[in-house]
Amino acid sequence: MSARRRDLGPLAAGALPLLFLGVLFLFPVLRLLLTSVEGGSLAAFEKAATDALYVGVLIDTVKLSLIVAAICLALAYPVAYFLATASRLWAAIGFGCLLLPFWTSILVRTYAWTIVLGRNGLVNRLLLDLGIATGPVPLLNNEIGVVVGMVHVLLPYMVFPIYAVMLRIDRDLAAAAEGLGATPWRVFTRVYFPLTLPGAFAGSVLVFVIALGFFITPAILGGGRVITIGLLIEQQVRQFLDWPFAAALSALLLAAALLIQGTFQRVLRGEARWH
Amino acid sequence: MGRQRRRDGRTLGQVGDREIARAAEAAAAKRDALAPAPLLVIAGVERRFADRRTPGVAALAGVDLAIQSGEFLTLLGPSGSGKTTLLKVVAGFEPPDKGSVALAGRDITALAPAKRNIGMVFQNYALFPHMSAAANIAFPLAMRGIPRDSIRDKVSSVLALVGLSGYGERLPRQLSGGQQQRVALARAIVFDPTLLLLDEPFGALDRKLRAQMQAEVKSLQRRLGITTLFVTHDQEEALVLSDRIAVMNAGRIAQIGAAEHLYRRPASRFVAEFVGEANLFRGRAGVIAGPAPARTVEVKLESGAAMRASLAPGDRAVHYGADLALVVRPERPRRLIAGAAFENQVAGTVAEATYLGETVRYRVTLEGGGEIVLRWPAEGERLSPGTRLELGWPASDMTAVLWA
Repeated sequence: MSARRRDLGPLAAGALPLLFLGVLFLFPVLRLLLTSVEGGSLAAFEKAATDALYVGVLIDTVKLSLIVAAICLALAYPVAYFLATASRLWAAIGFGCLLLPFWTSILVRTYAWTIVLGRNGLVNRLLLDLGIATGPVPLLNNEIGVVVGMVHVLLPYMVFPIYAVMLRIDRDLAAAAEGLGATPWRVFTRVYFPLTLPGAFAGSVLVFVIALGFFITPAILGGGRVITIGLLIEQQVRQFLDWPFAAALSALLLAAALLIQGTFQRVLRGEARWH
Repeated sequence: MGRQRRRDGRTLGQVGDREIARAAEAAAAKRDALAPAPLLVIAGVERRFADRRTPGVAALAGVDLAIQSGEFLTLLGPSGSGKTTLLKVVAGFEPPDKGSVALAGRDITALAPAKRNIGMVFQNYALFPHMSAAANIAFPLAMRGIPRDSIRDKVSSVLALVGLSGYGERLPRQLSGGQQQRVALARAIVFDPTLLLLDEPFGALDRKLRAQMQAEVKSLQRRLGITTLFVTHDQEEALVLSDRIAVMNAGRIAQIGAAEHLYRRPASRFVAEFVGEANLFRGRAGVIAGPAPARTVEVKLESGAAMRASLAPGDRAVHYGADLALVVRPERPRRLIAGAAFENQVAGTVAEATYLGETVRYRVTLEGGGEIVLRWPAEGERLSPGTRLELGWPASDMTAVLWA
């Protein structure tokens, strides 16, 4: 009796949200994916996989996402380390800085970068005034702008998994290593860093997968010169009304995300089960 | 040096009865003439808690301690007594605010932990979870730049020493608690450390395994002759393992000595109650008589009765009229048979009898208030609750210390 009740409780509580998600999200997504094979033809997928133009966009998107993930990793690791080791006050300040952008619209944040990175923007002014550059450096409407904007948005997604892993590392391990004769650098390279790798993996995959489907930032900061899968899908729908092809691209994107997530989860489980 | 010798002499001089004291003094004199300087000398170490919320509270309030080479010394005390802090000061993880630590004649107070050549087994073992048992043990050797071939040989011989041959490739999580502890121990001794520190390493083990590991650690320590500083709050464990025990309380060493010495001649009420079970009587000091070191004090109890107890040799704190605690261990009182007489006598009724295997523990309610606990061999005559009995013990079986 009680066991059955316990089983039904969560279901009852979750029924409404599940219904909501099912009707308003899952159904449309499935409907869209079905569009890609409309009429029993795989022509849309063939087009995406063989046309050099579209394959190029896929490759560019993957490259862009890899670069963004790598830069995020390089920036996030020290930040996470700071948060994991700082005093309570400094950690609170750090988290504030990290979370503040979350309460700001992504549109506002992205447009803010156009001001900072523009021809007469903050960065170019500084470069010119310091005599580092002789003319305005193009930072907008190209890959640099897109990367900067995406890193800015995605950084927290990298910081948190690393931070979480760092928090779980037993502080005695570093002390033990030191007591056994390790220099601070070796404590880091031989003990601390290897133990944080699962977090770094998790963050990298998360950022990479989210970056693959990015739309707003490349649209605004890329100025039409940086085309990602997300932009390509939007273009196919809005300009060419080619729903089957847009659906095929969406299906590929989703499949890639799921595949990476699935593969990685197994890797993570294998690596992180030290305790 | 001279100061050190005096301290040692005094410590040994406190051992119980007159003959023991005399023999100890002779032994101490002989040892002082022959023995090298102590391996570890902790002098005047003070350390305040790092926690800002409790400023001024001392974790260590002036600790002096000297450990001889090859000795197994235990820091015994309740949690918060400063024993772990002292261990961390020795290991180098916490700098002392005042005082100095010298190892093998070298001042290491400001030396980095990595350069102290001290092996430590942590409470939770602190094995590196991403390294195999063998890699964990190889770590200190690799850090010392020892060639790979000799590392391999050394690791396999140490694995054999702790009985883990064939387990080298396992990760810590694939090992049982006892095996993990052996790995931690192997890792701490593989590089021939000058000193071995053990921070409550048996706490996580079940009772049977604990006893087994204690025996193994002790025999290993003897065989290797490795000087060991051991921290525990478990007095039984301290009695089993140690050459000497330093009882810590409130950031100070309350008393230091061999287990039997602490048990028979506690220097304070704290030590009497913390080490073993103690029956306490409170009273005022009367006449103090007898030649040093085995002086006897007559004490007037609160109940009006009089008792006689021994003073610890060298105890100069007890004076006429002092507020005293009289300590008698539960196995000391004897049942009075007609005709026998002791300096201290009480009568009471058995309130409770508990069978403990080798011994039976009796709780006796005394006539005139209070109670006394007895621990007698189980083979003898067994008393049932309600039995009235008279008890007696000589002054030499009772120690008087200041109540405060």
